Amino acid sequence: MNTYTLPNEKGHFGIFGGRFVPETLMKAVIELGEAYDDAKKDPSFQAEIQRLLKDYVGRETPLYFAENLTKYAGGARIFLKREDLNHTGAHKINNAIGQALLAVRMGKRKIVAETGAGQHGVATATVCALLNLDCIIFMGEEDIKRQALNVFRMELLGAKVVSVTSGSATLKDAVNEALRYWVANVDDTHYLLGSVMGPHPFPQMVRDFQSVIGKETKEQFHKLEGKLPDAVVACIGGGSNAMGMFHPFIENEEVKLYGVEAAGRGVDTEYHAASLTKGKPGVLHGSLMYLLQDQNGQIQEAHSISAGLDYPGVGPEHSYLKEIGRANYQSITDKEALDAFQLLSKMEGIIPALESSHAVAFAVKLAAEMKTTESIVICLSGRGDKDVDAVKNRLEGEN
Amino acid sequence: MNRLEQTFTILKEDQRKAFVPYLMAGDGGLDCLADRLVLLEKYGATAIEVGVPFSDPVADGPTIQQAGIRALEKGTTLRGIIAEIEKARKVVTAPIILMTYLNPIYCYGISEFVRDISNAGVDACIIPDLPVEEEDLIAPQLEEAQVELIRLVTLTTPIERIKTIASKGKGFLYTVTIKGITGTRNEFDSELHQFLKQVKEVSTIPVLAGFGVSNEQQALELTTNCDGVIVGSKIVELFDKNELAEMEKLMSVFKQESKIL
Repeated sequence: MNTYTLPNEKGHFGIFGGRFVPETLMKAVIELGEAYDDAKKDPSFQAEIQRLLKDYVGRETPLYFAENLTKYAGGARIFLKREDLNHTGAHKINNAIGQALLAVRMGKRKIVAETGAGQHGVATATVCALLNLDCIIFMGEEDIKRQALNVFRMELLGAKVVSVTSGSATLKDAVNEALRYWVANVDDTHYLLGSVMGPHPFPQMVRDFQSVIGKETKEQFHKLEGKLPDAVVACIGGGSNAMGMFHPFIENEEVKLYGVEAAGRGVDTEYHAASLTKGKPGVLHGSLMYLLQDQNGQIQEAHSISAGLDYPGVGPEHSYLKEIGRANYQSITDKEALDAFQLLSKMEGIIPALESSHAVAFAVKLAAEMKTTESIVICLSGRGDKDVDAVKNRLEGEN
Repeated sequence: MNRLEQTFTILKEDQRKAFVPYLMAGDGGLDCLADRLVLLEKYGATAIEVGVPFSDPVADGPTIQQAGIRALEKGTTLRGIIAEIEKARKVVTAPIILMTYLNPIYCYGISEFVRDISNAGVDACIIPDLPVEEEDLIAPQLEEAQVELIRLVTLTTPIERIKTIASKGKGFLYTVTIKGITGTRNEFDSELHQFLKQVKEVSTIPVLAGFGVSNEQQALELTTNCDGVIVGSKIVELFDKNELAEMEKLMSVFKQESKIL
């Protein structure tokens, strides 16, 4: 029943996606696409990924029945897909391993990457340390302040972290600088993009590397419950953990797919990152996707308490799934996410990343509206250790 | 034949090289755009590239990024730029090439954009984040309106691809002379001259070199193997510093070479 085969050979998901990059990068993205298609079919490449995911990352990650949270919500049974238990503390390493192995296969031993919260930067720096690759990470100055510990982690792992001061000095601007760096160093450098965005083949490739999340979830849930979950919920910045969770379920139409964007201070203020809820289609960073932009097509700054969701666009496949109505996109405010951060910590003894807290917050609301015989799986994309300082400051500031 | 093709036909007959300056529309305020276009024409511009500021110019270096930020801070919009060009058209005869990232066009509406720039007297468009693979989004409409789409080739473009790209255009082929973003450079890659020769061999339309050209010597050196240069960051910088004498001198580089003084 393999009817969902997107993207097409040009990297399009309906009108979305594509390869909107400067000509200097076209050779590199075409070669990357060919190399990826080739690697995908190579059992030894797949085996190497599997080996590292198992022995190095610690997969598979558990699917955990959150009994206390379920009781609290008072409706559907809530399960957590524990991506927070991966080595480096988030789902980002699933993709970093795949792409770094591909870079080595292509003979590229220099890696450039962007990072928002620092989770993708840490994952990339980690894999570069493992495979002995040069690593340079672009990170917004604002995010460097918010995530000082992750900056130190990356440096400890041998990466060079470059502060980006242009624009809003957050994830969007880090991507701009990483792209500029790649344009100038394309011969020997691989751009290890961290989400399901950018020019083809990135949205497809990152999704495939992250699909291990959804595949495991499907099998684990079946083993536990003998069926499919009724809904899966994941947070969305660029959308990689959500796409990894959603993709194996796309053809199971009885499974509802919920993506949760950051509403910041509210979607009716100027301070949010809800690209699918409030944006419109446009072109940025190599792809046609939903974007926060003004009436003249200038990209607007995104705002969220969570650095990892602070991005004004969303991957082209999510844009497409919204357009065809297959996935449902909601948003959660900073305040609600902070509450969920504390709730999950107290209820289950699990401190979630602020990004993942958005998914938790929405899932609790959703569960309350569902039957007790139904089930929800939340993709708990990362752990919250990195956010403890920021949350402490925020909560003390409120008191 | 559109204005751009005519200009290059005359240039070829005269055996002169093209000098195409770039300026950022709205830098210094949109109301000075028309005056600056007149000035560039007076200084001998073969054609003029008018940049549209964009919040996320990934192909541009610091000089043009900063100029874009200044222009946006002054409230410059694509709509406003097109209106100014329409006014300036009454006094400027040189071909005008609009250089803009895709998103402002996409947001404007592609058909509306093509209609409006055509009415305003824009002769060509350069869209740096629109490779040939994606150009069906706008190329057919531009062709119908007889506005040229200027395509780029770079040091990383394989020769077969250069042939494909060159065969699509009518105005000129924009050859990017560096692996990198816009901005002034002290020296060029050693393989550049060989590359320009190759491009020139396979292209049936004029070949212009751009990115990183900042002085007379570079302009003269590059044009031993191509038909002209595009100068962006340096012109933007000279406008910003108001060093117009320096600009006139730079733009006169091909004048002494001219056989029809």
